[in-house]
Amino acid sequence: MDGAIYSAWLFIAALGLTLIYGVMKIVNVTHGSFYAIGAYAAASLTAAWLARGFPPMLSYAVLVVAAIVVAAPFAILIERVILRFMYTKDEVVILLATYALFLILEDVIKLIWGVDPYFIAEPYALLGSFQVADMAYPTYNLLLVAAALVFGGGLAWLLHSTRAGKLLLAVIHDPEISRAMGVNVGRYYLATFALGSLLAALAGAFTAPTVSVVPGLGVDVIVLSFAVVVIGGLGSLPGAALGAVIVGIVRSLSVHYLPQLELFVIYFVMAAVLAVRPRGLFSLAEPRKI
Amino acid sequence: MDGMKHVVLALAAAALAPAAAAQEPVKIGIVTFLSGPAAAPFGVPARNAADFVIEELNAGKAPAPYGKKGFGGSPLEMVIVDEAGSTTTQVTEFRNLVQRQNVDLVVGYVSSGNCLAIAPVAEELKKLTNFFDCGTPRIFEDASYKYVFRTSPTATMDSVGAALYVKDAKPGTKSIAGLNQNYAWGQDSWGDFELAMKTLVPNIEVKTSQMPKLFAGQYNAEISALLSAKPDVIHSSFWDGDLEALILQAGPRGLMKQSLTILTTGETAMHKLGSQIPDGTVLGARGPFGPYAPANQYNKWFHGGFVGKYKSEPNYASYQMAQAILGVKLAWEKAQDANGGKRPSNEQVGAALENMSYEGPGGTVKMAIGKGHQAIMETAYGQTRLAGGKLTVVNVKRYPAEKVNPPEGMKAADWIKGGFKAQ
Repeated sequence: MDGAIYSAWLFIAALGLTLIYGVMKIVNVTHGSFYAIGAYAAASLTAAWLARGFPPMLSYAVLVVAAIVVAAPFAILIERVILRFMYTKDEVVILLATYALFLILEDVIKLIWGVDPYFIAEPYALLGSFQVADMAYPTYNLLLVAAALVFGGGLAWLLHSTRAGKLLLAVIHDPEISRAMGVNVGRYYLATFALGSLLAALAGAFTAPTVSVVPGLGVDVIVLSFAVVVIGGLGSLPGAALGAVIVGIVRSLSVHYLPQLELFVIYFVMAAVLAVRPRGLFSLAEPRKI
Repeated sequence: MDGMKHVVLALAAAALAPAAAAQEPVKIGIVTFLSGPAAAPFGVPARNAADFVIEELNAGKAPAPYGKKGFGGSPLEMVIVDEAGSTTTQVTEFRNLVQRQNVDLVVGYVSSGNCLAIAPVAEELKKLTNFFDCGTPRIFEDASYKYVFRTSPTATMDSVGAALYVKDAKPGTKSIAGLNQNYAWGQDSWGDFELAMKTLVPNIEVKTSQMPKLFAGQYNAEISALLSAKPDVIHSSFWDGDLEALILQAGPRGLMKQSLTILTTGETAMHKLGSQIPDGTVLGARGPFGPYAPANQYNKWFHGGFVGKYKSEPNYASYQMAQAILGVKLAWEKAQDANGGKRPSNEQVGAALENMSYEGPGGTVKMAIGKGHQAIMETAYGQTRLAGGKLTVVNVKRYPAEKVNPPEGMKAADWIKGGFKAQ
């Protein structure tokens, strides 16, 4: 059960990162910032909602709406004002640009929300708990697992069963040809960056009730998400799912049976996978370009 | 005639010189976390305490013997530095404080890693430095210093106090488990607690020792491991967001109800997360601070003034900062008196602070170990009870300084292993 909960959390956290890499070939370090912005927005607005005595059950909707409403302007602004001028640059340059943006956003978060922690414990305990092997788990954790399934399934449906998704796949395969065929690639990049960033913000929002929302919250998430998507293969949706499941289960087994290895085990798995499949488990053969 | 005028002016200037020198401000470098995860629980409450105490001292409003304005009549100027960043950054910042800002002394450092790195640099630059919060006992166990002091007790006291509290509050304890962050603080805290428990209860069983990564945030698996191990007692030295996340995640799962859970730095969360901390959880404050502070005139002044100014409770980091500044003030004034009222040197202030004993908002501070450079204090632990929406501590037990700190010249680990006896 612990493995399933942790895997679900990891998958939600890593999904946006793999989507943006898959489409735009950007290792987006601002992913951590959007995670933190989502958590702060959810924690502060849900706390305000509950403090005014509004129905606690609706606080779950407030979590989601708060993350989307606050994170969306940041995502659009960053893509339109900075990133869109950098797509012709080397991947490493864009990586450095997103890192710089991450550092700036860390301070922006402090300017907006300060350094004091935010808590919203109510949504975590509100749904009661269930028992597995004589141990109580808050039902909220099931919501997390359900959210992971909905996000993963929804994104797969969007990519494979809608016109926009199919066009996006074309953009992924070859942006130049897509542009020649009349696809507005810039618009797809904007939509992808916004969607990926909103997924990060939602991951933060869903995490907010279980943690203390403090400065630096997004740092570890980047490292963990990166480990997950690298194991699965950068840019691969099923890869991110499998990576999350492997990391979640291996970590939980380690905590229960060999706690002294917990710190090392995730990166050991990553190293082992990369030693056998250097581009991750679900990497596809790259079409050769002259 | 002109010559005579010059002589008169020179004499007048000479006569005024001591008074002018006495009024020359004392620059204090204050180093604490203003950003990063340690800012909210420690850095900012400590900075606020420094602000409050320095303002009160400059106005001459503190109770006797701290009533003289500033330090011996010289007003205080604070130069504040953020402790965030690498240890190397902190060493550079320290050199800047001393060599560019020309501070007269430094009070600071939350991180044990920073304290260990700064101590030899302070010695090299001959700058009086008082560590106000960091916990590692290694500073004065592994080396001796002339210019370095620490007016707050070491982490050994927290762990030994916690073990003694377990013995008193839950006699018949047969098993323990730990949940600590995987770095120096977490490992040392658990190491001392485990050793102390093994000394107090020789057949104690250690069910599990969980050491998640610092700032991991998600502890469901660790909580499950602790729930299935069913230890009588759980020890955790978690702090900051990790401590708060643990409380939020473990509370609804009944961990604190199943096992007596000791949170050695729990006091920093009690005012923010009061209603989420289950009744019966044992909270530490790293000494007689916060809810365990004595009802003396200094606490009345400090607590009342702090709450009035910031509309929030001072936590143990605030108390430690206050007593660090007060200790240096007393030493400065003692040295100034011995120096015929003239501004004392760092060496003279250091000599006065060595082996000094003084009263502060947390009670008696005795610079009794580390060749007179390391403080010992009594400590206290108690259990939480939510009453009328406010979290209080009950079943409070206090342990005298000599019972929870090693004697002079003895390493903490040897003292615990030897059954808390002086060799």
